[in-house]
Amino acid sequence: MFDYTFAELSSILVMQGFAGLILFSVFILMALGLAIIFGQMGVINMAHGEFMILGAYVTYLTSHLFQDYLPFAYPAYFFVAMIFAFIVSGALGLLVEWVLIRHLYARPLDTLLATWGLSLILQQIYRSTFGAREVGVELPDWMMGSLNVSDTIEVQINGLFVMGLTAAITIAVLVLLFKSRWGLQVRAVTTNRVMSGAVGIDTRKVDRMTFGLGCGVAGVAGAAFTMIGSTGPTSGQLYIVDTFLVVVFGGAQSLLGTVASAFTISQSQSALEFFLSGSMAKVITLLIVIGLLMLRPQGLFVLKVRR
Amino acid sequence: MNKLSLRSFASNWTGFILLALLLLVVFPAALDDFRLNLVGKYLSFGFVVLGLVLCWGYTGILSLGQGIFFGLGGYCIAMFLKLEASTPENTAIQSTPGIPDFMDWNQLTELPFFWEPFHSFAFTVFAIMAVPAAIAFILAYAMFKRRVGGVYFAIITQAVTAVLTILIIGQQGYTGGINGITDLRTLLGWDIRTDEAHNMLYFICVVLLLGCILLGRFVLKSKLGRILVAIRDKEERVRFSGYDVANFKTFVFCAAAALAGVGGAMFTLQVGFMSPTIIGIVPSIEMVIFCALGGRLSLIGAVAGALIVNAAKTTFSEMFPELWLFAMGGLFIAVTLFFPRGLAGVVYDYVVPFLSKVFFGDKKTPPGQVAAKPAE
Repeated sequence: MFDYTFAELSSILVMQGFAGLILFSVFILMALGLAIIFGQMGVINMAHGEFMILGAYVTYLTSHLFQDYLPFAYPAYFFVAMIFAFIVSGALGLLVEWVLIRHLYARPLDTLLATWGLSLILQQIYRSTFGAREVGVELPDWMMGSLNVSDTIEVQINGLFVMGLTAAITIAVLVLLFKSRWGLQVRAVTTNRVMSGAVGIDTRKVDRMTFGLGCGVAGVAGAAFTMIGSTGPTSGQLYIVDTFLVVVFGGAQSLLGTVASAFTISQSQSALEFFLSGSMAKVITLLIVIGLLMLRPQGLFVLKVRR
Repeated sequence: MNKLSLRSFASNWTGFILLALLLLVVFPAALDDFRLNLVGKYLSFGFVVLGLVLCWGYTGILSLGQGIFFGLGGYCIAMFLKLEASTPENTAIQSTPGIPDFMDWNQLTELPFFWEPFHSFAFTVFAIMAVPAAIAFILAYAMFKRRVGGVYFAIITQAVTAVLTILIIGQQGYTGGINGITDLRTLLGWDIRTDEAHNMLYFICVVLLLGCILLGRFVLKSKLGRILVAIRDKEERVRFSGYDVANFKTFVFCAAAALAGVGGAMFTLQVGFMSPTIIGIVPSIEMVIFCALGGRLSLIGAVAGALIVNAAKTTFSEMFPELWLFAMGGLFIAVTLFFPRGLAGVVYDYVVPFLSKVFFGDKKTPPGQVAAKPAE
């Protein structure tokens, strides 16, 4: 690795950093929904990846719809698909909360098993409906190609778009949580559930809306995911372990922590990928995170919470 | 024997005796060699679920990484068997004779240092239990000392499973990669691929499993067992009573890991190979569902759960591969929602009261009696 000139090395670093940023976006999008749900309710949603994939499939269907019936609007289909993805995944989330999760709030370990069961069922539904092969969407023209920053550095437009989208979604969620009345209620329930109930917040309703929102955000994440990769029935499972680590490592109740830990994990993984094989990079990243969690189990950022 | 002592004997030992009869007499008599070998393979998961009953059912530590301990035990014995199969005569066509074939394919020219001790059978037997227990100790001691538990611990065990699986798949030259360690032939000169050997191994597996059940019962009935239950139900209170909770939790987690290691070794011996596909994240969670379905509070029930789910999996996934995942997912949800104590709970709540009505003429089994004996 010492045969490179300084310019080459620095552009490799930039390119790896860019790849890391795309991974960072995927992590953030998945972890946001998970962190809201886990932080507020202590519920581990093992089916989160499948909610994300649902959003991806909705995007896929929407793109076909536009191709067949509204070809002139095709360049803008993605924005419509995103809204559809949010609505469909969010609605499924509300349904799942009502049927399954609300019975298990007292037994957090059991939610883990029940949602795993749900994820198996969803995977099989996807497989029966869309086939076992991965499907991809056609990117609109304006998202193709790449920008040449210098002779050796080029960045893909779809990657840039996904990053911008991630930033927008993150800001939207933060605004919703910290500026809206609903967000105030969510934060109240997170920090002190009993007291919130006592001052008249319907904690059950807040729980349901939170779960729905978390799943909806996962759906949008899935929509964004189609821009950088193809979708198969088990794609969601690939990311779920990493995402859990992101959330736990960041500190469960802190969204800022989630962002910081997603950044650390994705950047170190893609930087190591250059020096080592992909699998070793992942092993070492995960091992470092596990080691740090053993030393500091509460995660990077801690929010004072009354249990 | 008067009626009362007969009844307490029945409620204590019926399940165990029935299971022993089923495994030692009924199955060998009724099933052909191939099916018996399959049952033996399912029973090797029985060791894992025994460990899960101890650490999840009774101590409240959910581990989503039992598959990795199962795998470590299995890999230990597989390494021993592979070395025995790779004599210089058998591997004369390789560029480096005397090392396992997959190492030769991956351009290794000498045996890695951590393979060396596995020439010794005594060391291998020790390692089957010690290696999983050691990994479990490192993991558990650090976490439990810092009072990390519950969902966090489950996530960390899952992450460790992911790491080790990726590592085993990635280091092809040292571990055989995704194919695992295959083509195992003899154990101390005894050919393990014949039907007679399979039958023999089945009985060894059953006897070991029954022994482990007795050991588990002994632990649960002892004072240690009571402390474990107390930790599950009110951890802080046990801590304030002067017990070092972390040590107890670490102990039970290590014991579960060692049990899983034994199961993995029995699996390798009966199936003849070990590969990462058996030990990853998904199989690890499946092991938890064996336990949940059979009954997380019942040693016998959990072993029955392992048998039933595996048998159903083999049957269904051959006949209706599409439906199998629906059935599996539905099982997960139904068991957690409606039968948190699994099949054993159903037996206790409905079957036992019915039988005692028939045989002893009881109007109703007092609920206290049922609750006092969950260790069945």
